Amino acid sequence: MMTTARTIAFTLNGQQVSTMIEPHRNLVELLQRFDLFGSRESCGQGLCGCCTVLVDDVAVSGCLYFAVWVDGKSVTTVEHLDADGTLSPVQQAFIEAGAFQCGYCTPGFILMSHQLLKEHPNPSDDDIRHYLSGNLCRCGAYPEIIEAVKLAAKR
Amino acid sequence: MTEAGRELPRLEARAKVTGRAEYTHNLRLPGMLYGKVFRSTVPHGRLRRIDTAAARALDGVHRVITGEDIRRLIPEPYYGPAFHDQPILALDKVRHVGEPVAVALAADPHVAERAVQLIAAEYEELPAVYDEVAAMRPDIVVHDMLKPAGTFADLKHLKGRTGTNVALDYHLRRGDPDEAFKSAAHVFEHTFKTQQCLHVPFEPFVAMAEPADNALVIHTSNQTPSFVRTEIARLLGWPENRVRVKVPYLGGGFGAKVYVKLEALVAALALIVRRPVKVALTMEEQFYVITKHPTTFRIKSGVDTDGRIVARACEVFWNGGAYADIGPRVTQKSGFTSPGPYDIDNVRIDSYELYTNRTPAGALRGFGIPQLVWAYESHTDLIARELDVDPVAFRRRNILRDGRPQASGTAMKDAAVAEVLETLAARMGWNDNQPFDHGGGAIRRGRGIAIGFKASISPTTSVAIVNVSADGSAVLYTSTVDMGQGSDTAYAQIVAEVLAVKTEAVRIVHPDTDVTPYDMGTLGSRSLFHMGNAVRLAAEDALAKLRALAAEAGLPEGTNYPPAEIFKKRFGMQAGNVIGAASFMPTYKSPDPQTGLSDNVTPFWMIGGAGAEVAVDTETGAVRVEKLVNAADCGRPINPAVARTQLSGAATMQLGFTLSEVMLLDGGQVTNASLADYKIPGIRDIPPMQSELVAAEQHSGPFGAKGLGESGTFGVSPAIANAIHDAVGVRITELPITAEAVFRALRQQAGRPLEDA
Repeated sequence: MMTTARTIAFTLNGQQVSTMIEPHRNLVELLQRFDLFGSRESCGQGLCGCCTVLVDDVAVSGCLYFAVWVDGKSVTTVEHLDADGTLSPVQQAFIEAGAFQCGYCTPGFILMSHQLLKEHPNPSDDDIRHYLSGNLCRCGAYPEIIEAVKLAAKR
Repeated sequence: MTEAGRELPRLEARAKVTGRAEYTHNLRLPGMLYGKVFRSTVPHGRLRRIDTAAARALDGVHRVITGEDIRRLIPEPYYGPAFHDQPILALDKVRHVGEPVAVALAADPHVAERAVQLIAAEYEELPAVYDEVAAMRPDIVVHDMLKPAGTFADLKHLKGRTGTNVALDYHLRRGDPDEAFKSAAHVFEHTFKTQQCLHVPFEPFVAMAEPADNALVIHTSNQTPSFVRTEIARLLGWPENRVRVKVPYLGGGFGAKVYVKLEALVAALALIVRRPVKVALTMEEQFYVITKHPTTFRIKSGVDTDGRIVARACEVFWNGGAYADIGPRVTQKSGFTSPGPYDIDNVRIDSYELYTNRTPAGALRGFGIPQLVWAYESHTDLIARELDVDPVAFRRRNILRDGRPQASGTAMKDAAVAEVLETLAARMGWNDNQPFDHGGGAIRRGRGIAIGFKASISPTTSVAIVNVSADGSAVLYTSTVDMGQGSDTAYAQIVAEVLAVKTEAVRIVHPDTDVTPYDMGTLGSRSLFHMGNAVRLAAEDALAKLRALAAEAGLPEGTNYPPAEIFKKRFGMQAGNVIGAASFMPTYKSPDPQTGLSDNVTPFWMIGGAGAEVAVDTETGAVRVEKLVNAADCGRPINPAVARTQLSGAATMQLGFTLSEVMLLDGGQVTNASLADYKIPGIRDIPPMQSELVAAEQHSGPFGAKGLGESGTFGVSPAIANAIHDAVGVRITELPITAEAVFRALRQQAGRPLEDA
């Protein structure tokens, strides 16, 4: 039933990598092969944002994004944000604001917040709600998440 | 106190923001197989035939397993915490759509999924029952015979009962309600209903079993590792020490992941194929595992001329679905609080747990309490309106004050009902003498308030071990699961407070039943109180042993030597350790089987409430919550910052259950099993919120604290319904409160009812 694997080459968290992968597999599965588990398939429909990954600096839903599409592109996952040993300002702000409980959706919110702050360094409440409307948090940490984004924007 | 009461981030904060926190979801083992589940397509039927030939023939399929394969390994493959009624895979009969019937195993999950599509089953369909009140009649019987587990002594009399769907009935009689209703100046009677909804943790159910040398290791996203070990050992006929259950962090639980869910299945599969087997459900499949009870609640009150409630009768029907799970406990444990936090001399409670042909119902953040508060606080508001008394004033007159006996006969001790009510009133501006702005034109505004309470679970046991190393650092071993509530951090704070070290110097070992001692379960807001007490006692035991060690080493008594110095002095080098251990089990008295009364039903009370301001669009029925105030009594919080997020998080979850979440059923089929059609709150749905912990103390709790995980859910739904009534004069009696429901009620009120959809 399964189709033939193809070779793809891409930049993963700053490193050039290549691998064989079948065309029906999604980006979350591809990342798991590299022992990266911060992007998590949850709703499987691109609605909850738990699988968020940056592809060429744009947030995508890893569960709906075919792995082969990253061929030639640059992929950044949450695990890369503290590559130099220091947490990013967004990560630090999420800790200080207490912006998570179970932590399962947190990488998605953090990556989306990175994209938001890149495009709107001083976001309004409405900007924050607009950018983060595609991320869901079942623990209901939304007030603290909004506070965290504002905190990160100040830095 | 320096560590207990300190506001510090969760210990695992860094692991969570970097995506490196450990979840069962991440786990992979050499040689593992993935199992995908073939599920029943009929709500009720006899299983005639399963055809697995095409699935087995698919390239890459390792094996296809059915219920009969499991019966060869486990002769009685039925599990459950209250009843042994749930087969690991269907045998003879299916009782709800989505019930597991067979499993395809393959190294590639996509192959297993494709194989499932090639399995076919034939059923002889039987008539089905979906409604809890209809299920009271024995016309359609879901289980031929009741099979109580024997875990709970008070269910034993149900053993072998046939021709009924009533899994448990609980009755309470206090005073003389019949006489009191007769002499009451006013009698009010209403019926309220709640919908079927569910937890949807974002880490869907996932478990993996790994055969080991003369043993079995189960890795699972589960809130009750100790129970899983006992239950799997029982099923296999093994001693407990051959079953090892390991639980890392959970991506949410909310009561879904209690007792056995996937664990018996992966255990059986792994033992049959002698390889590690992982089963990870999809979001859609979660709709077929466990839900929150739909309920029908008939409530009747007698009120005297002074506005005092003199009698209350509660008849509650709990829709437990196809398997009992922990529903019978919900029926009783929550049942006795169904008259609400009011001081009423004459009470009658009849609470029934019913089997139906729906997805099973169990515990969901509040263990039945939100369904009860929905009814009794809507009812209480209606009474106040009818009597033309301010709803806060009416409650002030009737609430249970500290020391007064609740309906069960157990006194309200350390129960800040009045403080929660007054905090809500103050934050809502209820005491100001300003008239509330009800708006005008198409948009009308209103406000409402609601309070609720809950008993904790007793008698249950928690055991903790504190290991102090020779450098003075400490490790805590417990089987409590941190699913986001922050128990790891709170326990570290308790240990640190006792040992006079920094919280950051305490490490937590996650549940591993080969290593961590027994805990009844991470549920019912019991962890901070029950295990928290055990942790405190274990740390105190370690401290006493450290002092004994100091005495052995010849150090003068009463001086405060750092532990590292004590070890060095005693053993001549950095060596040795001190192990403190303790168990905690609160006292309890079972309710009298005749009256349902007991003067010791709970070791502590949880109190929570909400106030809401809403704007209703009379042209569409749309409700916008403009302000939500949450208040709760959690004693003295161990970590106030984390505690407040528990309160607002619980309220947010209940906001979904109030305004949008409902599992839709058509002929027994769930028609909205996805987050696209089952709408949980997103960031745009969150109203301006205030969450406040009232000043209180739980004298029997660790450093004055008690649990809070559920209290934020209690008042939200009725506060909003009461506010809608205040705004537009219509009463919504069934959840969820959709725009359509409000619009229909408005048209009804205007004498122009809409036709049924």
